[in-house]
Amino acid sequence: MSAAPTEEETLTVIRAGFQDRGIAKVDRLNQNDLQATCSKFHNDPPQDVRERLQKAAAATIKYPADGKWLGDFKQGERIAQTGVGLQWTDNANTPSGGNCYACHQVSKEEIAYGNIGPSLYNYGKVRGNSDETLRYTWSKIWNTHAYNACSQMPRFGDAGILTEAQIKDVMALLLDPQSPVNK
Amino acid sequence: MLSIRVAGFLLAAFAGCALAEGNTMDEIARYRQMLQDGNPAELLIARGEELWKTPRGAKNASLEKCDLGLGPGVIKGAYARLPRYFADADQVLDFEGRLVWCMVTLQGLKRQDVVKNPFSGTGQRQTDIEAITTFVVDQSRGDKIDIPQEHPKEKAAFERGKYLFYMRGGPYDFSCSTCHGHDNQRIRLQDLPNFEKTQAAQRAFGQWPAYRVSQGALRTMQWRINDCFRQQRFPEPVFVSQATIDLITYLGVKANGGTMDSPSIKR
Repeated sequence: MSAAPTEEETLTVIRAGFQDRGIAKVDRLNQNDLQATCSKFHNDPPQDVRERLQKAAAATIKYPADGKWLGDFKQGERIAQTGVGLQWTDNANTPSGGNCYACHQVSKEEIAYGNIGPSLYNYGKVRGNSDETLRYTWSKIWNTHAYNACSQMPRFGDAGILTEAQIKDVMALLLDPQSPVNK
Repeated sequence: MLSIRVAGFLLAAFAGCALAEGNTMDEIARYRQMLQDGNPAELLIARGEELWKTPRGAKNASLEKCDLGLGPGVIKGAYARLPRYFADADQVLDFEGRLVWCMVTLQGLKRQDVVKNPFSGTGQRQTDIEAITTFVVDQSRGDKIDIPQEHPKEKAAFERGKYLFYMRGGPYDFSCSTCHGHDNQRIRLQDLPNFEKTQAAQRAFGQWPAYRVSQGALRTMQWRINDCFRQQRFPEPVFVSQATIDLITYLGVKANGGTMDSPSIKR
């Protein structure tokens, strides 16, 4: 009987099993600390590890340089609807979408929404838009792991999926009183 | 075919307008039921059978002596027992991996030609691999999924597959478990089977390969894995690589005891 494969043996087989295609290169298999740690604990790390990851994530957050939090909620809706970006079938020059509806209910008009994340309908109506809410919401979009170490949500700001301007538009979708989300 | 077109129209019609959610889920269930009425994969089974029996390659041999694990030429029930360890290849192979092995070893086809374009593109003729896979999996319909875990290499494949299932990576930090590790999850309106749960794993595994109505094509398990990794923002998995076979081994063992119901028909 041979023993179970070691982590190094496993990773060797995995690395040999993938190839570059388009913009998706094999270096995407190189895990950062967050990815490796959450994988190892199947997304349920012990408390001290959880705190370490959250602290590291909080340190990555960059707030808007001009101090303006909200962009255009109509653009935000388009970003929330769009799922393209960073797949091997995508072009490097096409802006990524946020694909919010894949996992969240957002506006009431769109019925084809997923349920991996909580409903965001009436997000701003319920929370208002105090400075604290604005900072918190921005942080969740930028790097949600600051609050939930092994959350399933992508790091839209930290990983460079969305631009600062796009995040402002998504912020407006969630928080602008005129947004369909808050109707 | 007609009923499929009507059902497709129906889906397009109700996806575009705002029905109450409960009502929508009922309509989707009805649409899925309607799809079961006529499965175009049946057309591909005949082509796959002919390809299986036709002598080809440098050795001018058919695939009729290909050993899928139950002995040379035994097709009935073979798919339901794959992936497994093959002593002649000294490797765990899934069905598609074994098919490639037989095409190269028995028929004398060049491996690089066989693995070059395993999946048909939009509107293209289905590939030989897709046709043969459809023929063979149909011969396991109703059989119990029974992926062996006796040989040390079968156990090692399962362990590596499990590692890959939970491995988060890429710009979105996704792993397989992001979508397939929780109950009753959906992406948009698409239900996502939770491979932690036996029943969900059994149902999902038993339905692949499947005819995809939205693509007008039969899609194999290797395709299913490939397209998951695309959406996961990973690099592309190499067709029938050990890593893909390991992952299919993990999923298949989780589904053991379930029933093969493939080729099924999906949205």
